[in-house]
Amino acid sequence: MNTAIEHVQAARATNRPSGLDYINNLFTDFIELHGDRRFADDPSVVAGIAMMGDVPVTVIATEKGKDTKDRIRRNFGAPNPEGYRKALRLMKQAEKFHRPVICFIDTSGAFCGISAEERGQGQAIAENIMEMMGLKTPVLSILIGEGGSGGALALGVADEVWMLENAIYSVISPEGCANIRWKDAGKAAEAAESLKITAQDVYDLGVVERIISEQGGNYAEVFESLGSDIRNWYENASSLPMEELTQARYMRFRRMGTPS
Amino acid sequence: MPINNIFRKPKNELEKGGRPPVVVTEADAEIGMTCPKCGKSIPLSYLWENLYVCPCGYCFRLNARQRINFMTDTDSFQELFSELESRDILGFPGYADKLENLKKSTGESEAVICGEATILGQRCALFVMEPNFMMGSMGTIVGEKITRLFEYAIEHSLPVVGCTVSGGARMQEGIMSLMQMAKTSGVVKKHSDLGNFYLVVLTDPTTGGVTASFAMLGDILMAEPGAIIGFAGARVVEQTVRKKVPHDFQKAELLVEHGFLDMIVPRAEQKKTISTLLSMHSKGKSK
Repeated sequence: MNTAIEHVQAARATNRPSGLDYINNLFTDFIELHGDRRFADDPSVVAGIAMMGDVPVTVIATEKGKDTKDRIRRNFGAPNPEGYRKALRLMKQAEKFHRPVICFIDTSGAFCGISAEERGQGQAIAENIMEMMGLKTPVLSILIGEGGSGGALALGVADEVWMLENAIYSVISPEGCANIRWKDAGKAAEAAESLKITAQDVYDLGVVERIISEQGGNYAEVFESLGSDIRNWYENASSLPMEELTQARYMRFRRMGTPS
Repeated sequence: MPINNIFRKPKNELEKGGRPPVVVTEADAEIGMTCPKCGKSIPLSYLWENLYVCPCGYCFRLNARQRINFMTDTDSFQELFSELESRDILGFPGYADKLENLKKSTGESEAVICGEATILGQRCALFVMEPNFMMGSMGTIVGEKITRLFEYAIEHSLPVVGCTVSGGARMQEGIMSLMQMAKTSGVVKKHSDLGNFYLVVLTDPTTGGVTASFAMLGDILMAEPGAIIGFAGARVVEQTVRKKVPHDFQKAELLVEHGFLDMIVPRAEQKKTISTLLSMHSKGKSK
């Protein structure tokens, strides 16, 4: 894997494990919970409670869907405001019951629709970002495919953020960037390179703590090692005083982009 | 000219030697700006006197200094963190040149100006975004300056007033721009958790990563009439859903209707309204 655009294609590949695959392979007894208690249930965000060994955890994932019908139902993994509000509701619930929160991110971005705007897409994302910052329980976010802009960050304000080897994390899609910068969506490869969106680039910029190897496509192995990594992370995170944890989370983001 | 033509009667004005030049006594009409809403040309002198608001109500875009001038008490504004300037952190094609050119053409060093001021006597920390500097987009330094302003406000127990105008996160600084959304939202929360007041004035246009972070997180959100406020741009939405957006799409008036803004305040009344709200929040505050 050499060029950035190849990483983009790999991150978008439809045969790649999706959010639900991670939930089902890393945890047991998953019970899905629905709805934002405001307006609707958004199927592009799957969330609920599961067991990690003997620890109950709140898991939240964006889900692109498995086949065409499923993908349409899940809006190709592009959440509406209700998806973010459901996620926040369940994060607050996790805080109440002292469960860790684990988010799996795979979205091209928050949905750009007329009604999504009318129901406050920007406000929903802003609120998630702010509330996650102060959540009094350990939070881990893992970028498993596409990490598309604000729609990804709305589940990505965590104590640690990890990234699959072929995942991408970007402020704008390479096509969108090429359109603005070169007035030519065909320059996506160039844009992908310039934006520095591969796991290695994002890691070098200090935005993620860990790159998860994809074991040459052997995802059974990926799930196994990732599972033990998550347990180790939780053991460490849960041993810290809550004040210290949330302050470290704040500082994690506070130092980003500060001129030296 | 042949000699036999010398005494010929001139055939037309030109042969006679032309008309005497017309003496212009009337002054040229004053230069104006064409209002995109009513289509009329509005003389500059009128705009200067009326905070760049057309008689039809349209608010012309103000640059940050103009806004600071009309909003704050004379000579009360003390600028902060002006030494911070963006760098081309990713080596993004054309960005370094663009920054240099903008610094020259706008006379500003970044897309946000921060400081402390009084508004009709009410002290506050103030940030005003600059539309002429890459459309007020948020890169690392915009994020840093706003964060430092909130930290300054925390330290001095000051309310924050912020005027937003932005195209969103700054593409040229990639993922680091995106992280500024988290950084700024985090410090807004810290400021808020300590009981401090934060008022946002959303102006046209406020979109993208700025809407999806500190612009929507104020205790009170007020907007200028007709301001476009949204997450995705109208063109992107049209491309996504493959239909035209309604004419009032993302207009401040519609956002009020949907419950996402507290109020719309015309430019001429903003100073008074802001100062009243600031004074209401200074009462009963401990310290």
